[in-house]
Amino acid sequence: MTQPILSVQNLTMHYATRKGDVSAVDDVSFDVMQGDALGLVGESGCGKSSIANCLLRLLPENARILQGAVRLDGANLTTLPEDQMRAYRWKRIAMVFQAAMNTLDPVYRVGDQIIEALHTHIETMTNAEARERVAELFKIVGLDPALMDRYPHEYSGGMRQRAVIAMALSCNPDVIIADEPTTALDVIVQDKLLREMCNIQKTLGMGMIYISHDIAVIAEVSNRMGVMYAGRLVELADTADIFARPQHPYTYALMSAFPSITGPKRELTTLPGEPPDLLNPPPGCRFHPRCPRATSVCARDVPAFKAMDARHSVACWHPVEG
Amino acid sequence: MTNEQMGKWQTLFHPSDPCPRFPDPYLEFRMTHTDPLVTVEHLQKYYPVNQGLFAQTRHYIHAVDDLSFQIGRGESLGLVGESGCGKTTTGKLLVKLIDPTKGHIYLGSNGSQTDIAPLKGAAVKQFRRRVQMIFQDPYESMNPRLTIYDTVAEPLVVQGIGTVIEREERVAEMLALVGLTPPASFLFRFPHELSGGQRQRVAIARALVVQPKFVVADEPTSMLDVSIRTGVMHLMSNLARRLDVTYLYITHDLAVARYMCHRIAVMYLGKMVELAETEELLQHPQHPYTKALLASVPVPDPSIKRQAAEIKGGIPTPINPPAYCRFYERCLIATARCRDDAHPPLADKGNGHSVACYAV
Repeated sequence: MTQPILSVQNLTMHYATRKGDVSAVDDVSFDVMQGDALGLVGESGCGKSSIANCLLRLLPENARILQGAVRLDGANLTTLPEDQMRAYRWKRIAMVFQAAMNTLDPVYRVGDQIIEALHTHIETMTNAEARERVAELFKIVGLDPALMDRYPHEYSGGMRQRAVIAMALSCNPDVIIADEPTTALDVIVQDKLLREMCNIQKTLGMGMIYISHDIAVIAEVSNRMGVMYAGRLVELADTADIFARPQHPYTYALMSAFPSITGPKRELTTLPGEPPDLLNPPPGCRFHPRCPRATSVCARDVPAFKAMDARHSVACWHPVEG
Repeated sequence: MTNEQMGKWQTLFHPSDPCPRFPDPYLEFRMTHTDPLVTVEHLQKYYPVNQGLFAQTRHYIHAVDDLSFQIGRGESLGLVGESGCGKTTTGKLLVKLIDPTKGHIYLGSNGSQTDIAPLKGAAVKQFRRRVQMIFQDPYESMNPRLTIYDTVAEPLVVQGIGTVIEREERVAEMLALVGLTPPASFLFRFPHELSGGQRQRVAIARALVVQPKFVVADEPTSMLDVSIRTGVMHLMSNLARRLDVTYLYITHDLAVARYMCHRIAVMYLGKMVELAETEELLQHPQHPYTKALLASVPVPDPSIKRQAAEIKGGIPTPINPPAYCRFYERCLIATARCRDDAHPPLADKGNGHSVACYAV
């Protein structure tokens, strides 16, 4: 086994609010290998974006990392002082945000914004070198390099998202985190962008964490996938394996509730209830109030995140046998 | 997920009390009666684009351009397309939130048809008893200062239906019908105390409380999470059958349309390019745009590798579009005729399948 490039261990993060602590991320562990595309899927409020923000330490003031480590090259990013963290942010881990419209500054030319990022992180770079690098990046993400002297409002939604990806790639990061990058886009544009991102990730051989609520998108972009529910990672395995043999009842429910336009029209099942309030999460397994397999042990003890085989882990007292 | 796996999921629940089945096998009927409830003829909506304060308007956004179709009684017609294709504008025209530039919308079947475009004053109020709308965002479509009771009772008050006691009964009944039980525990709560799924249920209750015959649902489930969404979809198709409601179901999600609609109409830049029964459209799309749209939808199965969609370029501007086929610039099968002639009319290709394309 090779060493993971990024390793998240027992990460626990709370948001302090006036009503009490919101347990947004609870005891989450996973590894990202070189060339891995890890998909994180879950519903809104399940903590997937919070994890991304923990990795880059882009957290609001009321967030507290209570426990756990994010390891990159032996360094623990959760305890690193802010000035040292800057050496990792963007150079080693970069992020593509959901709303590309808000990521670009409307009063600067798109190319100049990427050049600024390059200058900030690679101080020795000259202006000419930076422009050359931006042209190269534009070609990688499928944009015409002539567009670098245009303003964001002259770009379409898909083009802006490509420019944001170019910016994330600018310092050759080891890991790129994509937080729902295509959610605001129409399907045809989304499809083109997804293909582009998969290509880039494979050719550059970097690690990717792709966050989405859409299991169909995750099925297409990732080779490993993690399913999150109410702040916890409930299942982690190879994507093909999860789709063929889901073991956590929540994964099962998610897949059976998801409509598809291909194949025979099968029944969709509905899951009773609603996700829990994380101010006051249920004891034991957080899925137990909605779970058809729940027993008394589920309401009492937190199920361990245990390996069913070398590459498939599940946090459930009563997993569905493959 | 395979059917075999599905069977397993069903048995995970207690065999005597299976989880709710959706779609309900009972709903799976083919639309046989073609008695129309809504008839749209040459509907057009142009928005002027002003160039300056004193400039004369010379440019128009062709939001909806020459649309003609019918919706049968009890049918659910899906309207799909990308953002900016005019699907929401069509929905708003049908409930008379905006008035058309040209064209007619008739409500009712032969003999008792009323054109809704010229309606004014009291007639509009009367019309709103028969036609309602459900909006996309359950967080923004409700007044945060009104209780759930006031929200759902408001249409009854406006229409002057029932006494106070009767209204209370009707609201409680409606809340129970949309699955907010017991109703008493919801009546005096405020929207911020409810989850997204519950709010959308309140929005559905509010739309159906005046017992409309026709409801325009504009992306009613797109803001909801997967595990909540199926429940709301289930509820909407159930209520359609029980209360005899006809839907125009607007969505960008073809997979949702597959479950909610009897027929699907595909729109592109203000024009309807294809109309067919749901499975027919999904299995045998004919218009090159529909094909590209279907080919771009991600498949929740990692073993399937999709081919890239056959389409070029991006959506052109809807301001003063050309007279020829609007899809011409992006089409890979276009011929000289597509450029020389006017935008192709929606032509019947048999089997209830209509396509607006010269090349197929």
